[in-house]
Amino acid sequence: MPRRPNLSRTLFLIVLCLCCHIAGSITSAAEGIAAVLEAQQRRIDTIRQASMAAVAIFAGEAGGGSGVLVSADGYALTNFHVVQPAGLAMKCGLSDGRVYDAVLVGLDPTGDVSLIKLVGRQDFPFAEFADSDRVAVGDFCFAAGNPFLLATDFQPSISAGIVSGTHRYQFPAGTILEYADCLQVDAAINPGNSGGALFDADGRIIGVNGRASFEKRGRVNVGVGYAISANQLRNFFGFLKGGRLVDHATLGATAATSEDGRVVVSDILESSDAYRRGLRYDDEIVSLSGRSIRTVNAFKNILGTLPAGWRVPLVYRRSGRRVEIFVRLASVHAAAQLAAIVSGGDPSAEQPQRPVPQKPQHPDDPQQPKQLAGKPPVASLPQSLRGLYEERSGFANHHFNTVERNRVAQMIAGRGMFNAHAGAWIFTGRLATGEPFRIELSDERGLIDLPTGTTTVDATGDLDANPSPPGSGGMLAALILWRRLLREGPGSLGRTAYWGTAPLESAPRGAPTLLVDVLETSVSAVESRFSVGPSGRVLAVDLWISSDADPCDIRFLKPLASDPLEMPGVIEVYHGNELFGTFIVEAASLKTIDAPIDNDAKKKAAAESGEASGAVLGDSASATRGES
Amino acid sequence: MRPVLRRCAMRTVLWVAIASAVGIGVATRPSRAATPEETIAGAARKVVKLYGAGGVRGLEAYQTGILVSAEGQIVTVMSTVLDSDEIACVLDDGRRFPATLLGMDPRRELAVLTIAGEDLPFFALNELDRVAVGTRIFALSNLFGVAVGDERVSVQHGIVSATVPLEARRGAYEAPYQGDVYVLDCTTNNPGSPGGALIDWRGRLIGVLGKELRANDSGIWLNYALPADEVWRGVRDIRAGETQPEIRESTVKAFDPLLLGLVLVPDLLDKTPPFIESILPGSAAAATHLQPDDLLIAVGGKSVASRFAVQRALGVLAEGDPVRLAVVRNGTIMDMDLGPRPSEAQK
Repeated sequence: MPRRPNLSRTLFLIVLCLCCHIAGSITSAAEGIAAVLEAQQRRIDTIRQASMAAVAIFAGEAGGGSGVLVSADGYALTNFHVVQPAGLAMKCGLSDGRVYDAVLVGLDPTGDVSLIKLVGRQDFPFAEFADSDRVAVGDFCFAAGNPFLLATDFQPSISAGIVSGTHRYQFPAGTILEYADCLQVDAAINPGNSGGALFDADGRIIGVNGRASFEKRGRVNVGVGYAISANQLRNFFGFLKGGRLVDHATLGATAATSEDGRVVVSDILESSDAYRRGLRYDDEIVSLSGRSIRTVNAFKNILGTLPAGWRVPLVYRRSGRRVEIFVRLASVHAAAQLAAIVSGGDPSAEQPQRPVPQKPQHPDDPQQPKQLAGKPPVASLPQSLRGLYEERSGFANHHFNTVERNRVAQMIAGRGMFNAHAGAWIFTGRLATGEPFRIELSDERGLIDLPTGTTTVDATGDLDANPSPPGSGGMLAALILWRRLLREGPGSLGRTAYWGTAPLESAPRGAPTLLVDVLETSVSAVESRFSVGPSGRVLAVDLWISSDADPCDIRFLKPLASDPLEMPGVIEVYHGNELFGTFIVEAASLKTIDAPIDNDAKKKAAAESGEASGAVLGDSASATRGES
Repeated sequence: MRPVLRRCAMRTVLWVAIASAVGIGVATRPSRAATPEETIAGAARKVVKLYGAGGVRGLEAYQTGILVSAEGQIVTVMSTVLDSDEIACVLDDGRRFPATLLGMDPRRELAVLTIAGEDLPFFALNELDRVAVGTRIFALSNLFGVAVGDERVSVQHGIVSATVPLEARRGAYEAPYQGDVYVLDCTTNNPGSPGGALIDWRGRLIGVLGKELRANDSGIWLNYALPADEVWRGVRDIRAGETQPEIRESTVKAFDPLLLGLVLVPDLLDKTPPFIESILPGSAAAATHLQPDDLLIAVGGKSVASRFAVQRALGVLAEGDPVRLAVVRNGTIMDMDLGPRPSEAQK
């Protein structure tokens, strides 16, 4: 008997232990369920949030599709093939149950993208972009859209799935509707989903749905949909916002896989920038725009995400030697051809048909792109859209170019009172070689003193075909226009338009590409582009003294520390493959109104230049930038 | 004595308690499971893109294969893609190898190919138990041929909807395999998908995507996979050099060429050569350059020596399949395309 208590105690403890065991299991099971419920709630919330940015586009008899809001002031992305039949104006339903008028802003027929703007609010719900290059196969994703135009109450239909493939290439129909570097998903993409966003698990936009592989089973989802990548959309967004009819890029060279599996140049136009920069037939293309190329698809993918006119790094290999060049990409289409496509011309008629191994199919069936509904007279636009459309060739809606141009002009003007400095702007310092230089810019003239001589340009006259100083491709003309832009604004530079956005080449490698605004101007035959940073500082000028010449590229680096106007501390000037010179500015002096011109300097300059003015400058300051 | 005992008992209980507590801890703390992205990336390295014969309408020249040995044995499904002396195999890393056919299992419609590889990642085959209905799956395949070179095959997700005996056909052929298959809730029945890998969320190979087949009853395209244990048996048999008898052709129903507008010479002999007697106006045949006295030599790429062979060869095609004929006229071979085969009901 004396043992009994002990035994029962032991038993009790064992039972207690078991209870703990069971309780533990129950607790962990409960925790598991809670985690599942929490994940589900998070998904529901994310989808609800994303749904608010989804747009149901109704184009009356012309059908409709989907879109996604990307800004609080109502800019929304959709497909070109959704907007094309709708024309200039469309009705857009949001998940709040209300209908808003929207106007066409920009078109990218090649990339099958268009930008529209909803009006009536400044606080539209919108979604953010994600970095689509970080999307992995297997990631959860969902589409919010208007399949089969079911969303009569404007609540988008949600289809969920996973990312099935990344960096996919889908051949274009003729020369447009090319899906390069797109995302492939098994979320259901059906007719009407076109133009809607593909979201990631956090409700950020990773793409815009617009295409699917069907074949054999009719025009319904077979778990193979394609979305235009967010990163491509970001590249083109500035151009679209500028009301443009945007074109895609060509290198002026084609690529093919060689027998030993390298991607090589199989054909190249001698008129292309790539050829002028040194690329030749049979060179191996190693990388383009910082991405390595191992298949022809990869080459097409990268090219397909880039706007015409961008300058991008290209690395090629010849006889074992790697060479890096910067290549300016040309347009795929002639401007008139693109306009003809948008207005319903036959795109394939003017270009040789490219091989189409797989029928490109769009949920909304633009087998042959339909005509952009005849542009109605502005008077027929809804009241809310009056004043938001202006017709001009080369533009989808020129009104928005003016809006963007004025925005950039304000940014520049916001930098400081340049206008007060009506006198000469004088920059002195040393070249990379240590030799001194002096630059003087005024309303009357531009002057540069270099160790090799002095060059002057008359700023009051025509700057056409003036490459001074020799070898620079037009450095003085570019600086004169730069000063004019800062002092008097874009209106002083002849025809000035908002061009779009472009990456800054001076950005460090591997850093996320910063896209900056670019203004484009033409003063008689001289064309130039001014890159303007987010703070309104002009960061670069590219200037063509004639259309067939290589431009003079000027970079304004490192603003002078003590200068409230942030004049450049370093000016780099490139022409062709050459670095013309690096000008390290030690002092910048901006004379105010009616400041007398420094007569001593003038005399000295005149004496030094003498007859030598205009003589060919040596290339003491030049360095090879790539290979010629 | 007693206190000692008690202490002993106490200690035992304590140890049990600690041990079980630790046990609980170990059992309930999951080692970090691979993310779906990692699982897919791992499995995709063992899936290859195959290129062979085909390219004509309705028949793709590409499909999918699965590496099942480090030395480069690849299991795939039997198809016309393999009817080529030159089968190319592209690995996940973009390397391209010529593949040779090791053997076939006609009953399960599996084939094993070999490439000259070494140290390749592969799926270990074994007699894996069937997975339960509702198991979450990924299907990896070379669908629509969208991935080329080192581009990764496509991945779809879904669940096993059912495990049922296969009752299906391709054209007039009944599928020779009539054992269990996994029916899937995602559309895996796409061009190029056959031979693709069905994996679970742990990355185990649980099946091989089957060729394009329609259900016997409904005519609906099936999304299905051959379970891993059947694949294991098939590969074992092929490796052992055992092959089973050819596909039963008895199920082929003859198709009357008259439905295409072709009147052949009367079937007088046992092997009447298939000369064209006349062509019905307004028929599919009339839309081509076929003429009376042309001698039919091939239907759908298969040679035909008799009237009966023509009827059978047409019968092999399914409704809607392209009808392609080759005829001889004045010593010249000419190809004719009669468009899609009509149904027999149009009689």
